[in-house]
Amino acid sequence: MKKTLLFLTLLVCSNAFSQEKLEEVKVQTNKKGIKKSLSGTANTTLVTSKELLKAACCNLAESFETNPSIDVNFSDALTGTKQIKMLGLTSPYIMITEENIPSVRGASQAYGLSFTPGTWVESIQITKGAGSVVNGYESISGQINTELIKPIKDIPFFLNAYGDSGSRFELNTHFNKKVSDYWATSLFVHGNTRVAKNDMNNDGFLDNPLGKQFNIVNRWQYANPETGWVSFLNLRFMKDEKQTGELNFDPDRDRLTTNFWGSEINSERLDFTSKIGYVFKDMPYQSIGFQNAFTSHNQQSYFGLNQYDIKQQSFYSNLIFNSIISNTMHKFATGLNFTYDKYAEFVNLADVGRIDNSIGAFFEYTYDNNDKFSYILGGRMDYHNRLGVFFTPRLHVKYNPWEKSVIRFSAGRGKRAANIFAENQNLFASSRVISVLDTEGKIYGLNPEIAWNYGVSFTQNFILFGKSADVGFDFYRTDFQNQAVVDVMNSPQEVLFYDLKGKSFANSLQLDFNLEIIKHLNLRTAYKYYDISTDYLSGSFQRPLQAKHRFFGNLEFETHIKEKGQQWKFDYTFNWLGKQQLPNTASNPEQDRLPEFSPSFAVMNAQITRTFSSTFEMYIGGENIGNYRQEKAVLGSDNPFGPTFDTSIVYAPIFGQMYYAGLRFKIK
Amino acid sequence: MKKMILGMMLLFVALSTQAQDKKNKNAKYTFEVNGNCEQCQKRIQKAAFSVAGVKSATWNVETHEMAVIINEEKCSLLDVKKAIANVGHDTDEIKANDEVYEKLHSCCLYERK
Repeated sequence: MKKTLLFLTLLVCSNAFSQEKLEEVKVQTNKKGIKKSLSGTANTTLVTSKELLKAACCNLAESFETNPSIDVNFSDALTGTKQIKMLGLTSPYIMITEENIPSVRGASQAYGLSFTPGTWVESIQITKGAGSVVNGYESISGQINTELIKPIKDIPFFLNAYGDSGSRFELNTHFNKKVSDYWATSLFVHGNTRVAKNDMNNDGFLDNPLGKQFNIVNRWQYANPETGWVSFLNLRFMKDEKQTGELNFDPDRDRLTTNFWGSEINSERLDFTSKIGYVFKDMPYQSIGFQNAFTSHNQQSYFGLNQYDIKQQSFYSNLIFNSIISNTMHKFATGLNFTYDKYAEFVNLADVGRIDNSIGAFFEYTYDNNDKFSYILGGRMDYHNRLGVFFTPRLHVKYNPWEKSVIRFSAGRGKRAANIFAENQNLFASSRVISVLDTEGKIYGLNPEIAWNYGVSFTQNFILFGKSADVGFDFYRTDFQNQAVVDVMNSPQEVLFYDLKGKSFANSLQLDFNLEIIKHLNLRTAYKYYDISTDYLSGSFQRPLQAKHRFFGNLEFETHIKEKGQQWKFDYTFNWLGKQQLPNTASNPEQDRLPEFSPSFAVMNAQITRTFSSTFEMYIGGENIGNYRQEKAVLGSDNPFGPTFDTSIVYAPIFGQMYYAGLRFKIK
Repeated sequence: MKKMILGMMLLFVALSTQAQDKKNKNAKYTFEVNGNCEQCQKRIQKAAFSVAGVKSATWNVETHEMAVIINEEKCSLLDVKKAIANVGHDTDEIKANDEVYEKLHSCCLYERK
């Protein structure tokens, strides 16, 4: 009898629990995909997993398509990888971390974002301007932190399959198990492949590379609320292969010959990260954390006759202590970082390898009066074997002048060693002769890059015709004291690297207007203005392949969720790009000449999602529905081993329209 | 020998009284504070933080529960309750002055018990 009673209670309990869960889900679907807080001190946008479901989002690089803070470039013909920009500066100037451990840096700079599958991501925090000093001194224009799905919160099984008209297929499977009260583990397996050759513009070159990627991660999470100990362990392996070039290129037959032009890029990566944290008993505001990451990244590649190999072995360690000064209005974080990077790097068999190591200490103070005013003041002191001894200050201030409004200010310094070859490896796929003009510096002959970044932003939320709306602007300026200038303005047959002589700056202005038009119908718009100017040897120019004016619009509509979770979701994104400065091709013969500026154009994406229940949904979508295509994607395509050959000038989509479909299945 | 025992006993007593005197630097308490809105929340928390020794103070708008962590060497729970009552909010032990209460913003005029 007792047992039955117990069983009954259990049943009721679990029932009540599942109801609670259902409610939770309901609340979540009403949540916004992009959240901008009025109370946070830094200008940080939170992108939730809901937002990531609005586009194809095969990987992290593609997950910013519906977000105005980040510009996603068009994938170049060669790598098929989309590069991102923030405040008009490319990803090397952005600190990209995964669960607060620097992830895309050094050798992985060019393709790193495509090595994190979109389905693994729980949320992304995007901070504009000077970042926090806790993670290092390298960030200049902003910080992007990705949180992966936590094993303790994960569902037992998830499946995602995807296919598109560019003959790219993806399969994501997630498994999760709660091992004990305190331990949970997840296994994520990702595979993608592009099986068929596409040449929509009939220039004899593939529009996007053939490829396959295998990516697997095993995560372990430990959390014991009674003792205050928490821990994460991650073990990850990734293998990625790409092949591109002329349609007739056969790697076994034509590799490193002039029969046909072709390229292969093979990367292998192994990561092991661990985190241990302890929250002091009776002092929830005091904690200590210790993070360690070991990475081995190996890229073997050739581009026509150019060979490029880089192997980076890194160790990163971070010890951090959080506490308060007298009360929780005054918080601080302090600690130590250690970084070791060993690069075995060969450019056309010339050894340019190096070993970098750095050690630093940081202190960050946060004042928050729990009302209108808060600020974060941080500083760090580092010793680096190539950058020397240097101090990095950062400041963020927030003030709420009146209701539903916020003004923010930030300023900070960043310093970094530019990996000029890894970051600009798309230039290997051209006949350009590569020269580094300086010899005095310690990084490929160049000096470290140093920049100051300042910014202000304002946001006002209000009610318009009974619906919520907000309007805002932000302005940021980055001033380079020194920069590793990549000069493609001098000659179409050359790329020059040298230390900045003169001025280089990046101004960016963004205006936002967001409105809930009717219930479940949301509009997001942004206008962006960029003035990014650098003094080159041949004069002062706007940064090539950067539009001065951009317009962004996103419209989303959802039907009301029915009882069993059935729902329709519609999403539409519009991007307009003004003219872009193009690299100098004036001295080429006429058929291989591009104008000084690209034409302006618009690109549209759309997606429809049908949720059949809370566990199964399907989606179809289209990218570049207007079918806009760059006219000349490969310069000198008739003679790929001739002097005018260049695949690196990509200002618009090459592939044209692309349609995709996929499904998501969950076991909860 | 006797002296030694006496001495040890004395020492023991002294130690134990000291142990009793040794106050908790991170004492956790929760108690009820009456209020309505987010504006009240700011006022209540600000009042709590004005007491030296209050390390953490969070008032829940919905449950009206105040959670504090205080250093008992520097202040007592009563000090905190007094400070909160002084800005117009009734606590379980100390009630606010009518005059102060009536001066609160209209949306903060909670129902008094």
